Amino acid sequence: METETMELEATSTGARVFDLADTDVRELNSELHAPSARSYVVQNPRGAHAVAAGVHDDVEVRIEGDVGYFCAGMNQRGHITIEGSAGPGVAENMMSGSVRVKDDASQSAGATAHGGLLVIEGNASTRCGISLKGADIVVHGNIGAMSAFMAQAGRIVVCGNAADGLGDSIYEARIYIRGTVGELGADCIEKEMRDEHRAELAELLRESGKAAEADDDAYLDGFRRYGSGRTLYHFNSDQSGSY
Amino acid sequence: MCGIIGLHLRDPELQDRLGSLMTTMLQGIIVRGPDSAGVALYGDTTRVPDGHAAVSVLHAPDDLAEAVAARLPDVQGLRVERAGETTVITAATDPDQLAKAVEAAAPEAMVIGQGDDSVVYKGVGHPLELAEDFRLAEATGWQGVAHTRMATESAINAEGSHPYAAGTGLSLVHNGSFSNYASIRRELEFEGATFDSHNDTEVAARFVSARLDAGDDLEAALVALAERFDGFFTLLVTTNKGFAVARDEIACKPAIIAEHPRWVAMASEFQALAHLPGIDEAHVFEPEPGKVYAWKREGVMTGADR
Repeated sequence: METETMELEATSTGARVFDLADTDVRELNSELHAPSARSYVVQNPRGAHAVAAGVHDDVEVRIEGDVGYFCAGMNQRGHITIEGSAGPGVAENMMSGSVRVKDDASQSAGATAHGGLLVIEGNASTRCGISLKGADIVVHGNIGAMSAFMAQAGRIVVCGNAADGLGDSIYEARIYIRGTVGELGADCIEKEMRDEHRAELAELLRESGKAAEADDDAYLDGFRRYGSGRTLYHFNSDQSGSY
Repeated sequence: MCGIIGLHLRDPELQDRLGSLMTTMLQGIIVRGPDSAGVALYGDTTRVPDGHAAVSVLHAPDDLAEAVAARLPDVQGLRVERAGETTVITAATDPDQLAKAVEAAAPEAMVIGQGDDSVVYKGVGHPLELAEDFRLAEATGWQGVAHTRMATESAINAEGSHPYAAGTGLSLVHNGSFSNYASIRRELEFEGATFDSHNDTEVAARFVSARLDAGDDLEAALVALAERFDGFFTLLVTTNKGFAVARDEIACKPAIIAEHPRWVAMASEFQALAHLPGIDEAHVFEPEPGKVYAWKREGVMTGADR
């Protein structure tokens, strides 16, 4: 349980500290883009925008507080933990590495992310995983309306509920929801949960810090899989007269 | 974009700090709306003494005080204060009488707000400079709203700046844009409403005002608005009785609410709330799409209808 966090705390003894109460985000991000250390602590973010955006190195960043828009955006290889809430677009367009939000995330969490793992330990708001392109998102709480809109690739695991419009116009992303689902979006359907799906679900839960649940068959039994009905893939000539 | 902040104080001990708290909040939304700003303040008795009315106008002539005084010879305590483009006239009378006197005395002036507990200011320019014009930092009271504007639906001028205050004590600020406001405007004009600007948000304010006049409470009026208006909106609407937030079904215009035993606050972004006293203990959440959230002021004074 929480192995990643413990690892991070153990390695952050020699961390460089940036206090955003008296340093601006640009200075922090310039350092993170050409890092002189492997581990960083960011204090007093107080909702600042673009904190630790554009990281492209094997660094660990622990942010002690709440962040605003686009935190950890475009992340590559970085391991970024937010010990608070995140504003819109956390980890948007992430390529690799990991981002963990200890509290809630605002809208468009993980939007267009190509790779890496985004973990939200609280709830995610609307449009979580919109246009997802290959990253994995695990939400321990609920996700808001219109999530996974046009999601092309990647996996989304939700331990709580999903609101209306889930997976509207979805392509090949796979969604696992344990709680209730509101009205499904256009062309999003429930699909059979086969062994390979159960295996990847357990693996994602484990990576997200839910090892006990990953080993618990009864817990895994609670999940259902959703994906594309594949009826919107191609222009249908039957409707050509409508345009 | 546009930025919104609102602060509703539950703890009377904080009322002396309303303006300083709002000034700090305002700094968190400047980048969202650098072209204009406006403020509505409730309960600042140095600006609107008990038993007085305040009427805010744009384009006030130099001789406004004399012209209004000539029309209200029996009214005591007439005072005129200029705050940038806004001029505030206060007097020991009721808001309707004072507004009518101002309109008659200065037809070229435009009334942008009237209240018996509230006062409105707006203008064009950098929000922090406008806050100085409005003396925001020294404001006191139980409730306040500010808006920073990035214009989309009408020109950058003081008329297009928010809040829109239609009716006594009502203030409405908006982040977003309405798409069917021209039709609703025609309907409201047919029913007798008059408009001061070409702005979409003004239509929403007149709509809410008409619903309140028809007997709706603030929550019901905003539910009706959400059914009638198409477009994108996060709205913060305040009256002498309370504070309400509404979002459209798509909810792409941001909003965050923080609720604390001592206050309720709403902002476009968390950074505007980050410095409020006790924010770490507050319940911070995003209002859900298509929902109306309303708070009623406890112990509202009698006789203050809206």
